[in-house]
Amino acid sequence: MLFLEHIYLIPLQPAIGAAIMFFFGRKLTKRAVSGVCVGVVVIAFLMACGTVLEYNVWAAANHHQPYEKILYTWLGTDTGHLNYVTKGGAQAAFQADAGFLLDPLSSIWLLFVTGVGMLIHIYSIGYMAHEGGYYRFFGYLNLFMFSMLTLILANNYVLMFVGWEGVGLCSYLLIGFYFQRKSASDAANKAFIVNRIGDAGFILGMFFIAWLCGSLRFIDVNHFARAGSYSADTLRYITAATLLLFVGACGKSAQLPLYVWLPDAMEGPTPVSALIHAATMVTAGVYMVARSNALFVLAPTSMKTVAIVGALTAIFAASIGLVQNDIKRVLAYSTVSQLGYMFLALGVGAFAAGVFHVFTHAFFKALLFLGAGSVIHAMSGEQDMRNMGALRDRIPITYWTMLIATLAITGIPPFAGFFSKDEILWQTWTRESDAYRILWGIGYVTALMTAFYMFRLIYLTFYSKPRMSHEVEHHIHESPKSMTMPLVMLAVMSLFAGFLGWPHSLGGSDHFAHYLDPVFARGEARVLVEEGKAGQLAAGEKEEEHTSPTEYMLMLLSVAAAGIGWFMAGRSYENADRGYTEPIAAAAPPVYNVLLNKYYVDEGYDYVFTGRKKVGDVRLGVMGLGEASSWFDSHVVDGAVNAAGWITRLTATVSSWWDKWIIDGIGVNGPAILARMLSYPARLFEWGLVQWYALVMVAGIVGFVFYCVYH
Amino acid sequence: MLHISTLHYLVLGAALFILGVIGVLTRRNVVIVLMSIELILNAVNLNLVALSRYWQGMPVRMGGGPMALHGQVFAIFVITDAAAEAAVGLGILIAFFRNKETVNVDEVNLLKW
Repeated sequence: MLFLEHIYLIPLQPAIGAAIMFFFGRKLTKRAVSGVCVGVVVIAFLMACGTVLEYNVWAAANHHQPYEKILYTWLGTDTGHLNYVTKGGAQAAFQADAGFLLDPLSSIWLLFVTGVGMLIHIYSIGYMAHEGGYYRFFGYLNLFMFSMLTLILANNYVLMFVGWEGVGLCSYLLIGFYFQRKSASDAANKAFIVNRIGDAGFILGMFFIAWLCGSLRFIDVNHFARAGSYSADTLRYITAATLLLFVGACGKSAQLPLYVWLPDAMEGPTPVSALIHAATMVTAGVYMVARSNALFVLAPTSMKTVAIVGALTAIFAASIGLVQNDIKRVLAYSTVSQLGYMFLALGVGAFAAGVFHVFTHAFFKALLFLGAGSVIHAMSGEQDMRNMGALRDRIPITYWTMLIATLAITGIPPFAGFFSKDEILWQTWTRESDAYRILWGIGYVTALMTAFYMFRLIYLTFYSKPRMSHEVEHHIHESPKSMTMPLVMLAVMSLFAGFLGWPHSLGGSDHFAHYLDPVFARGEARVLVEEGKAGQLAAGEKEEEHTSPTEYMLMLLSVAAAGIGWFMAGRSYENADRGYTEPIAAAAPPVYNVLLNKYYVDEGYDYVFTGRKKVGDVRLGVMGLGEASSWFDSHVVDGAVNAAGWITRLTATVSSWWDKWIIDGIGVNGPAILARMLSYPARLFEWGLVQWYALVMVAGIVGFVFYCVYH
Repeated sequence: MLHISTLHYLVLGAALFILGVIGVLTRRNVVIVLMSIELILNAVNLNLVALSRYWQGMPVRMGGGPMALHGQVFAIFVITDAAAEAAVGLGILIAFFRNKETVNVDEVNLLKW
């Protein structure tokens, strides 16, 4: 129980590494930086392995409960300031612990995040060897690992959100790693801002949950969701909450319509693309939805939304990927597409299949990105596939590993992707409603497209004719050991990871899904109940075995799709020389242009949301809002201010005039003038001759005496 | 021989007083005016002494008697006062003369209005 008791030490490792880089990184040599930063992640990985092993032993003895470890309460106090009344009328405190939760779901994420993270850290030693800002890069990577592990291991939504924002921040910092490049800093801003939209949804969903359940701990929320009967009212709010959470997931996991940041995120260094924008961070949305599965299954509307958005994203991104020329952008759209698959799986209630695809995808997509990085490394920084070709003999390790990853992602057995993708398609097919067959169709076409664009990448890069310049060709070299070693490890995982989920129909036992049963089992039961098909869980299990012929047929179909895609790509690009023509461009130029320009979504957003471009004379979007605000400010607000000033001046003028002429004039000077006027006759008596005064006095006295005597 | 009664003194005092007043009112020279004031004061002194002496002939129980000398004493005070007043008046006159080089009272008109 040593590791399980001290589970918080796992995220602490990379946090320590990041702190060391922050305070002392500048002074350390590259060797020391690699030692510290890679070392802490290796330790974290080993501790994660130990923890998960211990958890499995512990869970077997404890009814497969989740293991929770609460360190302290970091948000909220017992003073009652954050108390609120829940929807049910109970008093609740808005509180969050620094607590860690380990269950099969977080175990899986914990393992592949630390595992793939470790390999990518090792890879980065070679890849970043000649770059500036070495310690900065590794510091950010470690900070990312810390945030991601916090996200995974959090026992409540608030702490999860802290990790969520942390990975968003690291994503921003690493996309903008080459900050001297305008495009990189723009891409970083774009990623950050688009994610903000999703985060707003996450926060609102979180508040909804707090209001409904009175707690944000996953255990409490699950308990609430699985408690039993709810009013229609509550279910409506749960739908709202889950839809808002899904908005958050859309932002972080690059789903329609918030996927636009991910392709641009390829401005970051390639290991970053592999770690953050392919294997780990972008699956955070999947993790969050899977984590909230108990709520989602109560909201059929949300589930359908998730499934439809996932399927549409899958085919949308895959179709763009068909014609992109930048090797990393192809992989970026592929990632968006695969994430769409995962959400499709979640949306149809096949949570285990979705998580399984996350798991396998982490290996082969990380491998593809790292392989692409290795290719770019060999090509002296060239990323355009039009200038590559015939590299398979020059960089054989990269070639073989990337080929394995491609076979895995296209779903060719027995590579990992086959099992997970097939499981998703199969689960979609077996949803009772016919509407889900349409989603299956979309997923199927996407699989075909996936095969096509992935083999297009392989053919254009490793086969066909060399199309690079002579200097570049001269410099082509296989990458150093630190880069090829992770490639090989990931290739091994891409080959074998799928066996964990070997399906029943092929004589396996689907360990992966059973491992996740404690997390999802009741959730899958509930979705059927909610759709008015009570008791179908048991029937569904049987049905699966009954309809095995269909399952085999679907498997054959998807393998056939992969084969067709492979074949078509081979025919089109096998002998591509300088100035080769794209088959789609030849067949339908308008379609090609639309795809090449990514359906003009970025332009559309520029018109509608950012307002960088004007619609006619009108500017919409944020900048339009800014302009309108500016106009409002300069005309209405400033007008009001000026009017107030003008009125003040007017009243001041009037007041001054009043003071000068009425107060001073009539009130003050008036009596004075009057007194002066009255004084003129009085003055005549006082004409200055003393004896006259005396005479008057005598006359007065004489008069007085006469008066007294004769009266 | 005509007995000189109190009334004679009073008539003399009144005449002196009128002469003084006329002098004060009509003469331009401040020195003459001051002298006229002395006349007025002495007219009053004459009255005081005359009436006090008349009072001495009254019975003691009415406040009279040979020891009823209030009028005479008062006259002495008035004489003293007149001397002081003349001194002050002449002082002012000299100060005034230094400024205006005149002693005419009709030219002392700076404080009018």
